[in-house]
Amino acid sequence: MTGTIKIRIKQQDDFTLIRTLISHPMETGLRKDKETGKVIPPHFIQELLISLNDKIVASGMLGSAISKDPYFSIRIDKAKPGDTVTIRWVDNHGESDTASVLVK
Amino acid sequence: MIRVLSIAVLALALFAQLGAEPTVDLQTFRETYFKHFPDLCLVDYANGVYAINEDAKQSWEAIEEFPPYEIAIDEGKMLFQTPFSNGKRYSDCFADNGLGIANQYPKWDRKQGKVVTLALAINQCRLQNDESPLPYKKGDLANILAYMADSSRGKPTQIAIPTGDPGGLAAYEKGKEFYYSRRGQLNFSCATCHIDNAGRRIRAETLSPALGHTTGWPVYRLKWGEVGTLHRRFAGCNKQARAKPLEPQSEEYRNLEYFLSYMSNGIPTNGPSTRK
Repeated sequence: MTGTIKIRIKQQDDFTLIRTLISHPMETGLRKDKETGKVIPPHFIQELLISLNDKIVASGMLGSAISKDPYFSIRIDKAKPGDTVTIRWVDNHGESDTASVLVK
Repeated sequence: MIRVLSIAVLALALFAQLGAEPTVDLQTFRETYFKHFPDLCLVDYANGVYAINEDAKQSWEAIEEFPPYEIAIDEGKMLFQTPFSNGKRYSDCFADNGLGIANQYPKWDRKQGKVVTLALAINQCRLQNDESPLPYKKGDLANILAYMADSSRGKPTQIAIPTGDPGGLAAYEKGKEFYYSRRGQLNFSCATCHIDNAGRRIRAETLSPALGHTTGWPVYRLKWGEVGTLHRRFAGCNKQARAKPLEPQSEEYRNLEYFLSYMSNGIPTNGPSTRK
């Protein structure tokens, strides 16, 4: 998949704020389709990796308790202009997406 | 006794209001708020309940910095630019290619003899191009509205009630009547909560002022977890008063939107936005 990850970087006095908004259905597997009555199969992000210049600075094993189109925000030690922030997710269907931005 | 008297006076005041000029209505409508919230300017009302609740405003502003509706805007843009099967596009149906015009809706359409909201205009455009209409509460239509609203962000609400055409004024009057009519098991009118009790609490929530109610649509409600339309909210509001909700884009709701948007004339549009 492509284009599912939005990233914003904000430089603060003593840290760098990384925020991301990911579009993903995050189905729990417990919901039923209103019309057919059938259970909607689970479909959620399992792994989230946030890295700075290819070094992982945060990672998470996510589950079905995370909302649809989830938003995450982390603070890291202040990054330098030109550094690359990369965010990657992998879901339980094996689908994934990766996006990078340069720190200004 | 005083309470009964004040209700009688209010009823009288309301009665006197019926049939008044829209411009006079607008002044009366706003004076209540200006008196109640002397620190606010007109433009502040675009922020809805967050204009009058400082705590909620802080978290709202944090959300608006990187808002969840951005996904809907992108989706809406893609849908808006995708041509119909006959090769035409949404932009062919609207003035200025459909961008920067959301602040002028709803409009009185003389030919059709009814109030045309932007949502209705989108579906009329689809029908003209042999496409099936979209559902009015959420999904693709809400996303297209989000894109069109975003392209108009900052432009002042600009609703015209035509002079010399009795139909437009009649629609406005009907919308106004709906606004002040009590309904449902709780016997609330829209005005009960959003004019008479704006700023007070209903359980844990602060009641928002009606002034500016239409500027930020469509809205990503945290409760919905997605972007939805104004008429979806109207229906929800009616349900909360335990009244039977009407169909989105029904004549009543379109007239209501017409009246309510007119009341917000001059307030900058800031749709889409987020609400709790």
